[in-house]
Amino acid sequence: MFRTAFARAARQSAPLCRRRFASAAAEGAYTQDGKRIVTLIPGDGIGPEISKSVVEIFEAQGVPVVWESVDVYPILKDGKTTIPEDSLISINKNKVALKGPLATPIGKGHVSMNLTLRRTFDLFANVRPCKSIVGYKTPFDDVDTVLIRENTEGEYSGIEHVVVEGVVQSIKLITEEASRRCATYAFEYARAIGRGRVTVVHKANIQKLADGLFLSVAQEVAKDYPDIKLDDVLLDRVCLQIVQDPTKGWNNTVMVMPNLYGDILSDLCAGLIGGLGLTPSGNIGQKASIFESVHGTAPDIAGKDLANPTALLLSAVMMLRHIKMDAHADNIQRAVLKTIAEGKARTGDLGGKATNSAFTKEVIANLSKQ
Amino acid sequence: MLRNMSRATRPASACLRAAASRSMAAPVRAFGTVETKTALPPPDAKFAPGTVYGGQHTITLIPGDGIGMEMATAVKTIFKAASVPVEWEQFDLSGYTKKDEGLLKEAMDSIRRNKVALKGILYTPVSRLGHSSLNVFLRKDLDIYASTSIIENLPGAWPTRHKNVNFAIIRENTEGEYSGLEHTPVPGVVESLKVVTRYKTERIAKYAFDFALKNGRKKVTAIHKANIMKLGDGLFLNVCREVAKKYESSGIQFNDMIVDNASMQLVSKPSQFDVIVCGNLYGNILSNVGAAIVGGPGIVPGANFGANYAVFEPGCRHVGKDIQGHNSANPTALLLSSIHMLRHLGLDEHANRISQALMKVIKESKVLTPDLGGSHSTTDFTLAVIGNL
Repeated sequence: MFRTAFARAARQSAPLCRRRFASAAAEGAYTQDGKRIVTLIPGDGIGPEISKSVVEIFEAQGVPVVWESVDVYPILKDGKTTIPEDSLISINKNKVALKGPLATPIGKGHVSMNLTLRRTFDLFANVRPCKSIVGYKTPFDDVDTVLIRENTEGEYSGIEHVVVEGVVQSIKLITEEASRRCATYAFEYARAIGRGRVTVVHKANIQKLADGLFLSVAQEVAKDYPDIKLDDVLLDRVCLQIVQDPTKGWNNTVMVMPNLYGDILSDLCAGLIGGLGLTPSGNIGQKASIFESVHGTAPDIAGKDLANPTALLLSAVMMLRHIKMDAHADNIQRAVLKTIAEGKARTGDLGGKATNSAFTKEVIANLSKQ
Repeated sequence: MLRNMSRATRPASACLRAAASRSMAAPVRAFGTVETKTALPPPDAKFAPGTVYGGQHTITLIPGDGIGMEMATAVKTIFKAASVPVEWEQFDLSGYTKKDEGLLKEAMDSIRRNKVALKGILYTPVSRLGHSSLNVFLRKDLDIYASTSIIENLPGAWPTRHKNVNFAIIRENTEGEYSGLEHTPVPGVVESLKVVTRYKTERIAKYAFDFALKNGRKKVTAIHKANIMKLGDGLFLNVCREVAKKYESSGIQFNDMIVDNASMQLVSKPSQFDVIVCGNLYGNILSNVGAAIVGGPGIVPGANFGANYAVFEPGCRHVGKDIQGHNSANPTALLLSSIHMLRHLGLDEHANRISQALMKVIKESKVLTPDLGGSHSTTDFTLAVIGNL
């Protein structure tokens, strides 16, 4: 009785929560002439080159964005891995950041930089769209999947212990709160990109309580979104069906799932379209949102002007949509895809011979003038 | 006598260790179709022959839910037509009905008696109030720890995304994410335990390497997420590395791959895999990705081996309730599994005969079920196989 009353109250207050769950698009810092300030983390390896390419294309397009470039590297403070003070201040103030690949020093006891950023800014949802790129042929055509991954708990809780020698327990943690904000964001995102369906991916036949909670929270959240359908499917079925035919039912839904499943499935989808060099990623958080390319630092080609900036460019496009600069986003995306499709200026990873700067120049040439 | 004496002079701990390693020796059997068969049963296998009277083998059959009954019927019909000396002890268990303790106990007793079973998949409800998986119960209770599925391009005419795919997935079947240990410390917070043990990892890794050796495969790849689950998957990876060292002299290569990368590699460059060894959930994921690139769950066979029992079941473990009763399901997965079963029983001649007939039907690709782009029924396919015997 008491509990149902509480649940009802919680539901009624849901719209309020919804406003609170992610930093709003307009929140952030602006210059005096009204341009949006965005933190840029160029990153390591090929990071600076591909970031430069983004900056040049934004300038050519005339995007009203001013970059605030900061370096992010791990530092230890009170025994915990964190990031330098100035980058912390910058991201907290600007609420939006674009990030290139970061190297995690191996064997120095640091938590990975990605995990650190996720924790520092409470980046609770990871958005991973994968769309086939015309001009880069893979065995799979017309892929257009969108996946949202819970980013803060689940199998990545970091709670593990050795019970007795040779026996380890790793704890997967699922909470109602984290599940709710992730599910809520999935519905909001589906609405924003005009998809009428949200699909929960789970394994609740085996993990009845953990995945069961994730699923039931999503079902509860769905009541606030009568315009969007909710369905659910087992992880193994998704793996099977999405590889059998990615166009069959996966092009019009937003998938949402716990952490590990999202990790695996997002890379699987990236594999369908040709790898991590072509997929954007956005980390949506309470304190800030960080958009990033998820590929590595590629130290072997760093500084040689050979890298493909597409993943970071598409992430930047995603960021523009997040801060409601849709027209600029559309134009840049169109120019990038056109450049790859035409094939004159493809980089080495796409089977071409062009340099990063030649590719960038071609994208700028393909921007349609307003 | 001499041997006994020499054993007695050894220190007790060494004896124990030797006994332990012996009992862990994986009973690796020949596993493959006519084309791929390369191995013979090892001499140290502890398998008792099960129930055999006058050359007739008695096998436990659990058709399962969904398309299970149709598949089982197809296999039974083909076995009959091929005069295979197998008698079935059939148990119509179902995950839809309330756990029938009596029938379940009878079925388990039957498997324990016969040592060998052929099984479809039992349905598991998603609901939190529903019972836990009967499939998992059966695997744990019989300790059939090594799930083996073969992902291979068959010589049929249906379109596949990749060519030259031929690998095996060896999946730990009894712990990991399927421990079934979950609790709610306070409302709205759930902990689910993944259990990884040295003992079970060691035996699955050994099984994988033995499997590779017996079947002429060259490389074992361990799949993990040790960068995140440093203790759990870390233990799995370390033990795999230790076991790999012991097999170094036999020329089997070893490498490891993080599970998200593995799934990406599987859809872009699947030919790089030979034998995959992994924990429970990752095996579930990868076998489905693998099935999808060769033509679907309808053609992927599987088996579960323990120290004492062998249960053969389709490799992808789908109930298939969406196509249940349409007479359209592809019986190839269960039929291939049953061919592996015949080899396990030492009935190689019968296995070859059925395998040849099946491969002929697949090669001609005139009679195919809808999952492979055909328009024929399960019955048509079954009759076509029989016609080619």
